[in-house]
Amino acid sequence: MSPELQELYQAVILDHGRRPRNCRVIEGGRKAEGYNPMCGDRITVHVCLDADVIQDVSFDGSGCAIAKASASLMTVSVKGLTRADACALVDRFHRMITAPPGAPIEELGALAALAGVRQFPTRVKCATLPWHALRAATDARAKVVSTE
Amino acid sequence: MADDSRRVRDLERPFDVTAIRRDFPILEQRVHGKPLVYLDNAATTHKPQAVLETVRRYYVEDNANVRRGVHALGERATNAYAAARETVRRFLNAPDPDEVVFVRGATEGINLVAQTYGRAHVGAGDEILLSEMEHHSNIVPWQILAGEKGARVRAIPITDAGEMRLDEYERLLNGRTRIVAVTHVSNVLGTVNPVAEIVRIAKSRGIPVLIDGAQAVAHMPVDVQALGCDFYTFSGHKIFGPTGAGVLYGRRALLEAMPVYQGGGGMIGQVTFERTTYAQLPNKFEAGTPNIAGAIGLAAALDYVTAIGLDRIASYERELLAHGTETMAQVPGLRLTGTARSKAAILSFVLGDVHPHDIGTILDRAGVAIRAGHHCCQPLMARLGVSATARASLALYNTRDEIDALVGALRDVRKVFA
Repeated sequence: MSPELQELYQAVILDHGRRPRNCRVIEGGRKAEGYNPMCGDRITVHVCLDADVIQDVSFDGSGCAIAKASASLMTVSVKGLTRADACALVDRFHRMITAPPGAPIEELGALAALAGVRQFPTRVKCATLPWHALRAATDARAKVVSTE
Repeated sequence: MADDSRRVRDLERPFDVTAIRRDFPILEQRVHGKPLVYLDNAATTHKPQAVLETVRRYYVEDNANVRRGVHALGERATNAYAAARETVRRFLNAPDPDEVVFVRGATEGINLVAQTYGRAHVGAGDEILLSEMEHHSNIVPWQILAGEKGARVRAIPITDAGEMRLDEYERLLNGRTRIVAVTHVSNVLGTVNPVAEIVRIAKSRGIPVLIDGAQAVAHMPVDVQALGCDFYTFSGHKIFGPTGAGVLYGRRALLEAMPVYQGGGGMIGQVTFERTTYAQLPNKFEAGTPNIAGAIGLAAALDYVTAIGLDRIASYERELLAHGTETMAQVPGLRLTGTARSKAAILSFVLGDVHPHDIGTILDRAGVAIRAGHHCCQPLMARLGVSATARASLALYNTRDEIDALVGALRDVRKVFA
């Protein structure tokens, strides 16, 4: 198998894709749905805010291994952050995932496992789908967001 | 139409896929260092040298607008465009070239019928009957119409194997049904629908039928008179022609009675600011400068498949389908979606709980191009209880070796997601 594929489907991604963390519904929380009309992937992100802090965050829906791993890793990364810090992380994640292959990436902890997606431009939207939904869910208005 | 003895002779000629592949220069390339294995023919097909050369020669030698110029180039372009229409007529065995309307593709063909025949005949409380296996292009135009008119879109159910329930079809037909619009071949399941029977049942009740032939024409002979349908539409790019050129066949009596579609140059008789009269068929439905090069290229593509013989193509693809069905079934965890008794060479599948996009990415790195997703058939996906499938769709230039390459790469997918 090619090195690019090995990087894309590394153990962390496969693990989070197969056994996603925080894959559940938060009743009474805010939520927003991320939907990719071209491929039909659908990820709903739920957040529970206390004042400005993300007390709890989860997701549910259907998607590929990349979308689910990205959603799972995202929930782990943003729990406990303020809304502003979460938004800043969304931006940093987008910068990483759209940077040219080989370019240096910011320190993003476990999220760096998703950097391999950069070599697969058609799959970037899979990785960003839950992040679009997170931004919408932490925003005042809950709605469906699209990657297209 | 070829007579029976010629058909038998044609079928006895060996099918030289190596020679056919030489006609398609794009197939020679490598992708990610591997030989390209193109199995996404239901999305679009590649173009043989004959089509490319016809389009090139048209632009280099004859390019002009049609039905307007008095000059030599205008006459050559007009003649070539008319000849393309006659080629389509012959290909579909339509009675008259005036019944052949050039459109952008099957999508536009269906929209044309919905917005003209549909607008004139569908009213509040009426019904439009489709099937559960329709492509969005044979659903949405009817929904738009139904929304405008207060009409209702209904769908013929399918079996788990992916066959249309003809008993349910007969039950759904009623006094409010204004048109039946169904696909000839499912782009997901590969099912070849019994369209002649579907037409016969509708016609016995005086209901017109549109057949979406997008997935059929490249894989089997089509005779619109034998089918008895009122409308038949297909896209040129799915039968080795250029994108943006397709065909709507319609029975003359219906086309003549239908209101116009788009207004513009070329479709008029006489225009004053008070009123406009419209041109005769087929110009009535071809407003503006048509896709001349596309139509001529499409005709070259029809000539190409006709020379090989659609019976032979169908027979060769049946062998490929049988080989694919057998070898793919041996991949652990693989389940084919679409197991109709009468099938075109389309192999949709799911592989354990591996998402089709992940399958598609891994296959791509092995040089194997397939489609992953809902295939513009979300209602069918809902019926099948899946969010997406992976799909290998074959054409006349594919080989057993390529199917084996697909199966090998699927085993790699299994390893990644073991």
